[in-house]
Amino acid sequence: MRKVVVLGGGHSKFCFNSPKTEIEMLSEVAMDAIIESNLTPKDIQAINVGNVLGDFSEGQGMVQSFFANDIGCFGVPANRFEAACASGSIAIRDAFMWVASGYYDIVLVGGVERCTAMGTPLATRTFAMYGDSRYEYPAGFTFPAVFALLAHLYSDKYKIPLPRLKEMMAAVTVQSHEYGILNPNAQIQKLLTKEDVLKSFMVSTPLQLQDACPFSDGAAAIILASEEAAKKLTNKPVYIKGVGQASSGKLSSQYRFLPRIRARELAAEQAYKMAGLTPQDIDVCELHDCFSIASFIAAEGLGFFEYGKAGEAWERGETRLGGKIPINMSGGLKSKGHPVAATGVSQAYELSRQLRGQMADQGRQVDGAKYALQDTLGGDGVLVSIIYSNE
Amino acid sequence: MEYKLIFKDYNKSLKKDKLLGLKCNDCGTVTCPPMMVCHNCTSTNLEIVEMAGTGKIATFTTSYIGSEGREGELPITIVLVELDEGPWIFGNLIDIDHRTITMDIIGKRVKLGHKVFPGDKYSAGDAARPVFSFA
Repeated sequence: MRKVVVLGGGHSKFCFNSPKTEIEMLSEVAMDAIIESNLTPKDIQAINVGNVLGDFSEGQGMVQSFFANDIGCFGVPANRFEAACASGSIAIRDAFMWVASGYYDIVLVGGVERCTAMGTPLATRTFAMYGDSRYEYPAGFTFPAVFALLAHLYSDKYKIPLPRLKEMMAAVTVQSHEYGILNPNAQIQKLLTKEDVLKSFMVSTPLQLQDACPFSDGAAAIILASEEAAKKLTNKPVYIKGVGQASSGKLSSQYRFLPRIRARELAAEQAYKMAGLTPQDIDVCELHDCFSIASFIAAEGLGFFEYGKAGEAWERGETRLGGKIPINMSGGLKSKGHPVAATGVSQAYELSRQLRGQMADQGRQVDGAKYALQDTLGGDGVLVSIIYSNE
Repeated sequence: MEYKLIFKDYNKSLKKDKLLGLKCNDCGTVTCPPMMVCHNCTSTNLEIVEMAGTGKIATFTTSYIGSEGREGELPITIVLVELDEGPWIFGNLIDIDHRTITMDIIGKRVKLGHKVFPGDKYSAGDAARPVFSFA
């Protein structure tokens, strides 16, 4: 297997009500990634695009092909990847395998979504398609409800009284917005207090509006290249050191592990093993904080904290800049925004820049970071871990 | 290879308040809702069994938001119930005041009924779901 390098990237500002189409958003960030990588569209040999809801938000399927044409990658093979919120991450993992195998030298990976064009009721309906449609949707399944069920289960299983857990969860939101305000691409650049979180609209008990990430529009792109091809293009290579992916069944079928997400643990084990690393080696992490409680479940499943202990770690500042494991220096899904299929590519964009030391100007650089971990959760089924390093 | 129990037949039965599952003849584990294989040992040596329809609440949430077309059902209390045969199932808790529910309901015994989701343009027909009330 060949070494694979992340070259340049592009990232739109995540937002409500984008005036641009999905193809336009994706084309702009892809051209930014191509230019930053010292390439031209003619150098791209294959394209992987994460896109989940274009069919519903714009009536646009097969966005990858029209996008390839728009950026002048005429005739280049392009595939669409769908794994709900992990779509961008499976697109990266597959591109990694293609380059590592020697089949291609340079692959463009993008992710794009325009959720807010659907309005909240249809967006909520379409997101719920990533739960089980026959056995769980009829009971009112939505993603806020899923993580609300897990929050109560977490409180019960780890014997943390609910009011105490709610305070810990609020600490996640407060931290996310403190870093998001430093990220020019973040959708919601506003500081929030614990009180702001605890007085916000009740969405699904115990989760309130400020426990949840927003609906978002946006796009991100990166270029993957073989080590040999990358040598001519960059003197600051960031390598993909390990990847992992695992699937789970419908939420109820995961009962032996909940509130743990077993597929995340399997995916992370694969990535750590491939990279020859342990959780203690990771210097910076972007994880899938679609809801405040999701951050605890993720950070524990990735091995950063003992089960039931992540909330205390957030409160102690262990997840902040300078802490034990800085998490979501981008502001995370909560503050940065969550344009579904763009999220995994956005995480990769963020972490590759952390590993090149490019975040100092924004005041959110993890000094001397060598190893970075990306965690993405798609629906309640597809979990992806990717580890990057600058050496 | 055909499924032992498909959604169509599961749904038809649940509409009569009969919850069907699959008992594994190799390891004894009960799988519910149905799958192609035993969810414990992956055997396909399964037989259809009627579940008792009783269990205890494992976790819950009361939702004040819902999908397009389902706003009229709000607020709705969603539960994961640990059935007496072992598996957990998604359903709703009924016959309660949604606004007064606390963590104390976790562990409470419940019994099964059903309610039909009539379906929408995306759902390929209707689907019964379990509704639970305190036993």
